[in-house]
Parts: sequence; C-alpha cells; structure tokens
Amino acid sequence: MNPLELAGARPGPAFTVTFDGRPVDALPGQTVAAVLWAAGVTSWRDTRRGGRPRGVFCGIGVCFDCLVILNGRPNQRACLVPARPGDEIGTQEGTGHGRTRTPDGTGDGSTEEARHAD
Amino acid sequence: MRTDLAVIGAGPAGLAAALAASARGVRVTLLDAATQPGGQFYRQPGAGLGAARPEALHHGWRTWERLRDGLAASAVRVLTDHHVWCVERTPDGFTVHALLGPEQEEPVEVHARAVLLATGGYEQVLPFPGWTLPGVVSAGGAQAMLKGGLVVPGRRAVVAGTGPLLLPVATGLAAAGVEVAALVESTAPLRLARQAPALAGKLAEGVGHAAGLLRHRVPVLTRHTVVRAHGEDRLTGVTVAALDADGHVRPGTERHLPCDTLAAGHGMLPHTDLAESLGCRLDGLAVDVDTEQRTDVPGVWAAGEATGIGGAALSLAEGHIAGCSATAHLHGTARGPAPAALKARTALRRSAAALDSAYALPAYWSEQLTDDTVVCRCEEVTAGSVREALDLGAGDERTVKLLTRAGMGWCQGRMCSTAVAGLAGCAPTPAKRPFARPVPLGVLARHHPQEGLS
Repeated sequence: MNPLELAGARPGPAFTVTFDGRPVDALPGQTVAAVLWAAGVTSWRDTRRGGRPRGVFCGIGVCFDCLVILNGRPNQRACLVPARPGDEIGTQEGTGHGRTRTPDGTGDGSTEEARHAD
Repeated sequence: MRTDLAVIGAGPAGLAAALAASARGVRVTLLDAATQPGGQFYRQPGAGLGAARPEALHHGWRTWERLRDGLAASAVRVLTDHHVWCVERTPDGFTVHALLGPEQEEPVEVHARAVLLATGGYEQVLPFPGWTLPGVVSAGGAQAMLKGGLVVPGRRAVVAGTGPLLLPVATGLAAAGVEVAALVESTAPLRLARQAPALAGKLAEGVGHAAGLLRHRVPVLTRHTVVRAHGEDRLTGVTVAALDADGHVRPGTERHLPCDTLAAGHGMLPHTDLAESLGCRLDGLAVDVDTEQRTDVPGVWAAGEATGIGGAALSLAEGHIAGCSATAHLHGTARGPAPAALKARTALRRSAAALDSAYALPAYWSEQLTDDTVVCRCEEVTAGSVREALDLGAGDERTVKLLTRAGMGWCQGRMCSTAVAGLAGCAPTPAKRPFARPVPLGVLARHHPQEGLS
C-alpha cells in the first residue's frame, strides 16, 4: 500500500519539473515539497550559519524550514506552493541570494536577483 | 469588497460559524490560506490528485461531508488562497488585509462589520539533539503532507512525543504503507486512566486508534522519550529511553531504533496573532472569550483552537455558537445556537482539560539538550548560547531573544518559544506579532501612500 493507493488517487497526467537541474516527475495537485518527497528528496536548503541541510518540518507554512528557490525566487515555502509544469526548483543555500546548484554540483546557475544585478 | 461577517479560517470552527451565520441570513465571507476549505483537520488532497477515497486518511468524514455540502448549498462567499496578515479596526467596522496565494505578493482587502477569528493552531515540538535533521518532521506535518499531497517522507518511521495527535499520525502513516517502528509516548497510561470519567466521550475514538495500532502491529512505548536523533545529513535512527516516575530518563534503558523518519509532537498552540493585533485580551496563550465566544473587542468573535486547544468536535460547537452570536449582534436578534452545541461545548471542554492534564510535557525534557543542540531552528541558536544568556542574567524569553536572536527569525519564535521559556524557567508568553505572516515592503508602501510622499 502507498498513499496514492490508499486514497484511491487517479491523478491527472504527470509532468516534469527540475530539482537542481535534474528532471523530476510531478503530479498535479502536489506542492513542491510533496513532489520532492515523492522523488525521495528530503532536504533542499542549507542553513545560513551552519550550512546544515533542512527540508519540511511543520508542513503547514509556519516554520519556514522548507524554504526553496523556485523559478529563480528564493525563500518560497515548498510546503505551500503548488508545483507547476516546468518549475525549476533549486536548493537554497544560505539566504538564497546567490548562486544556485546545477546537476553536477558546480553551482553556475543564478537566482533571479543575481541575473537582474548583471 | 464588503461583507457583514468576515470569518477567518475555514477549518471546523470557521466552517461551523460561517454556516450558522449564513443560515440566519448574514452575508458571510470565509477566508482561508489553503487552496480548499477544511483546515488542518479536514485537509483535502490536492484536487489534481483525483482522490476517490480521501476518507481513508480521515476521522469524522461524515461530519466533513455535512460541512462541505452545507457550504456548497450556502450563500457563503469562500475566498481560498487568502493569507490574512492583519485585521484593522476602522470607523465603520474592520478591514481584513490578505495576500493572494501562492505568491503572497498581491494585497486584497475585505471590509466587514464584524470579524470571527477561527485561526486554529499549530504544533509544538520540544527540541532534542538531532531534531533539525532532514527526516525529522512534526507529527502534524507528516499528517498534513500525507492528507494533502498523498506522500510520506520515508519507509520506516518512529512517532514520538506526547499528545492525542500521535495516535492518528501513527495509524495514518502505517495505513499508507510506512513501517511504524514504534509509537513513543512520554505519558504513563495511568495518567490517562485517572482522567477516565472526563474522557468517557472520547472512549470510542481512543478504542478506534488502539485497534488501528494493533492492526498495523505498531509497538507502543509509553513513559518513553526520544533522547537523540542520529544521522549526518539525513536521519538514520533514534535513541529512545524509559522515563522514571518523576520524568527523568532512566539510565541504562536507552535503545536504538533504526528509522528514516521521526514524526515528533508535543501538543498544540493557538494561532492568536490576528487577535493580538486587534487588541483582544488573551487568557494565557489563547484568545479569551465569553460564553457567546465574544472577545473583549466589540465586533470580534473567536472560536476553535485559537481560544484553547480542544479538538475538531469542540471547534465545531464553538464555531456554531460564535456564528449565532455574531448574527444576533448584526441583526439585533437571531435564532439562538442549537442546544446540542452548548451541551457539547461543556462536555468537550471538560475532556480537553482532562487530556491537557494527562498529556503534560515531560517534566525534565531540557535535561536531554546538549549545549550544541539547536533550539531556535531559524537563527540556529544552540541550547549552550541560551544557557550563556541565562548565566548573564536573562530571565525571560524576551531577554534571551535580545542576547541570542532566539525567536527572531522567519518563524518569529513559533517553533522555539516553549523551549526558550522552559530553559529560562518561566511560562511562555504571547509573542505580540503585529503581522501574522511576512508581508512584502511594497504592499505596506502601497497601503499608506499618503505617508512619506508629502
């Protein structure tokens, strides 16, 4: 049994988003956090001071632990924001106002602010 | 937008209130941050997931169907995706300030003659070493992700802490295919048994949960606690230990349980930010209300968890009573609340008080906090830093915050307040947050364009 079977889910067609540049399957009706959990990802932020990994904690938008870079915008709460086709989800390092990660981990992407600053 | 009664929060209390007032002829607008009504208790799977059996994840589904169908048949205007950040008093009533989700950058105002706060609650989790590791989630968070997104964070979970929420979380995860290695409850069964007379009404629910735990073969460890979560970048297991009669960990009883998920919770706290910024009097950490669910601010009612944690059934009764009272105020007179609601409120408040006293926080929880344990998750303030501040003479949450930044981050102390107060040896105090959620500066600038431009 899995949660989809338990609830008798017959989701609409799956679509693709990317996480740090790599394609990830998503179902309509899921938040960004749910998409990442379904893909086996449980952390998508490194803290500002200790650089420690974080993901979902409260799950209802109160704790701000699940902050993520979504389509170039940092500080989005992954547990609240619905996933949309083509979303580019990125690990948020520190404040998120800097470089973003790429599949090979080199970090040559950039956030929306960084691009505007160019 | 104008309305007679703005109900904030579409959980059990808000739904019951909106339906009661609307049925009595009041023009009602119901606002909620989520994409669908239901609140946390009746959180629905995302519509795109096409769930044919959402009731498999729920308790009290028939009540939800009644609320849902009642809402569909009513004249209540439902505004989902509305994140209310402040309610302001105006000469002719109130202005409800919200941000449109999911971006939360576009402001919306609803003008109302009266306001009913049904803002619900959120979970309290006490810190322990390792609680910031990915894989450690709040018990309610695991449930919210399961109910709303039909996802689980791992394959093998431990559910731990204290309180009635742990039972449905454990059975829910187990039903969804997660192996639940243990339900770890710090309260002793005897404490619950002592409250039996007041809990008679909750017996059926308790038996149902117990049957679920048996069916899924979930081992239950009462009077136990998690002393540490292990892992480098991801949870790999927890150490649990027995508690003695006083609440200290019994040396030599520690054992390791491998798991990739820990769902932890220590009860709930009321959301009172909107009430506080309106100037409503609080009773401890909850909004203070009279027998009609009126706050001490004329024109403002409150119901449900915001007025004290008591569960969905109590929220329904309080919401109904509040909706009727608000109607009487707006119309001069109105049909009173159903006698059953008044009777239910009395009985359910008694059982809520009994549960509250049975599921007390483990007395010596802070003994497990090593100096390097993070207490404030946002600002990464450790127990050691808090203790240093206390050594410097800080004696309350506010002084600890000024010295360490604990409680100054994104969550504004919602996650660490109980722990900081506990370490300081004082009772938690209301936080006084003028904005209930982050607001873009541009929205505030547009809000008062006359200021600063002259």
